Amino acid sequence: MRSYSNTYIFIFSSIMVIIVAALLSVAAITLQPYQKRNIEINKKQNILTSINIESTAKDAEALYKEYILESFTINYKGEVSKTVDAFTVDMKKELAKHIEERNLPVFVSLLEETKQYIIPVYGKGLWGPIWGYVSLKDDLSTIFGANFSHKAETPGLGAEIDTKDFQLRFLGKEILDEQGRFVSISIVKGGTADPNSKYEVDGISGGTITSNGVDDMLKDCLSSYESYFKTIKQAIPEIDVEKDLNNDVN
Amino acid sequence: MSAEKEPLFSSKNLKLLTEPLNDSNPITVQVLGVCSALAVTVKLKPAFVMALSVMVVMAVSNVVISLLRKTVPPRIRIIVQLVVIAAMVILVDQVLKAFVFDISKQLSVFVGLIITNCIIMGRLEAFALSNKPWQSFLDGIGNAAGYGVILLIVAFFRELLGSGTIWGYKVIPESVYDFGYENNGLMILPPMALIVVGAIIWIQRAKNKKLVESN
Repeated sequence: MRSYSNTYIFIFSSIMVIIVAALLSVAAITLQPYQKRNIEINKKQNILTSINIESTAKDAEALYKEYILESFTINYKGEVSKTVDAFTVDMKKELAKHIEERNLPVFVSLLEETKQYIIPVYGKGLWGPIWGYVSLKDDLSTIFGANFSHKAETPGLGAEIDTKDFQLRFLGKEILDEQGRFVSISIVKGGTADPNSKYEVDGISGGTITSNGVDDMLKDCLSSYESYFKTIKQAIPEIDVEKDLNNDVN
Repeated sequence: MSAEKEPLFSSKNLKLLTEPLNDSNPITVQVLGVCSALAVTVKLKPAFVMALSVMVVMAVSNVVISLLRKTVPPRIRIIVQLVVIAAMVILVDQVLKAFVFDISKQLSVFVGLIITNCIIMGRLEAFALSNKPWQSFLDGIGNAAGYGVILLIVAFFRELLGSGTIWGYKVIPESVYDFGYENNGLMILPPMALIVVGAIIWIQRAKNKKLVESN
């Protein structure tokens, strides 16, 4: 075997690294628009699933336009602001900020002539982040639909949170008690939820840490919207719920 | 190697393609790359994409290393191999993210883990470093195919018995479920993949006496 001088080895590795770096940067830049679009479509699909609308990558954009009325962000006092595009808000970054600086997104959809309020949620699972969207009926307490995703939960256990089976358990549950106080929804040990309770949902057996993660995530994220819910509730009598017939979803 | 005028698909070259399918299968005979075989075989579709990705990575890195084989300083050859593989894997990952986003989501971290797939490094070190590009290309395709075949067989059984579907389509009729049949939850967990791989090794050795070690 021929022996090589150190200079040769250095030159060889430098050239190799430069070529590889150039190649990868070109690839990353040319493919970026496609990747961004995919992520956007995926997000729209997740939002649509939270109001129980199934979509494919192809029709997601059209359906999103059809059902989502508006989106905006709110601050901790519940004041609506339209300066930030709610769709691009990164919940991870917002939740890391101090509560007074957060811009929390709200998406409003119109289905069957009533409004739903879609709230993004973000939290920790066992192995990585979990996130999702929870939609509330216009009483701002009853859950209309829920969608959860995860990055790396255990398949068959924690990863079950992204299945329909788990998400359907949330339908019709309530996050406010009868006095209108925020109580959130508790994810309890699998199989022990009281079927009559409006505030309990069965967790996943064997996926306790992920289930607790969902529990914490709902409490943390939904509670930040409490003041916003209150302002809408007070305003509801005055709001003339416009039923735009052009937007009739049926 | 007097390959000056050797035809592209001489029997020797074809052997490079077919041997890894059976006699020197990377998973069942060399027992390499088992980790990813356990991880991505819950469903057929991701298994197929994984096999295809491995094939691309393996074929291209085999050719690249083979082209460089006379210039790579032996002292840093492992690093060079790793850089080539890693660059290819990142490329594949980016392409998957751009064009088949759903599947890339399912494969998530496992695409990145192709880098650590011992089959690829093994072939680079054992074959590409001392053979011509065309032979190395065939060797890469052959070994990736041998890997892919096992992946698909395992995924077929796991998906069928674990989820009752094939390629995402329901194949077990509802009436069977009404009769009391249930999907086997163990099938979707990694241990079952190991057992299926074990069963494949057993069947293969029962059929192919060459593989049975004589003690």
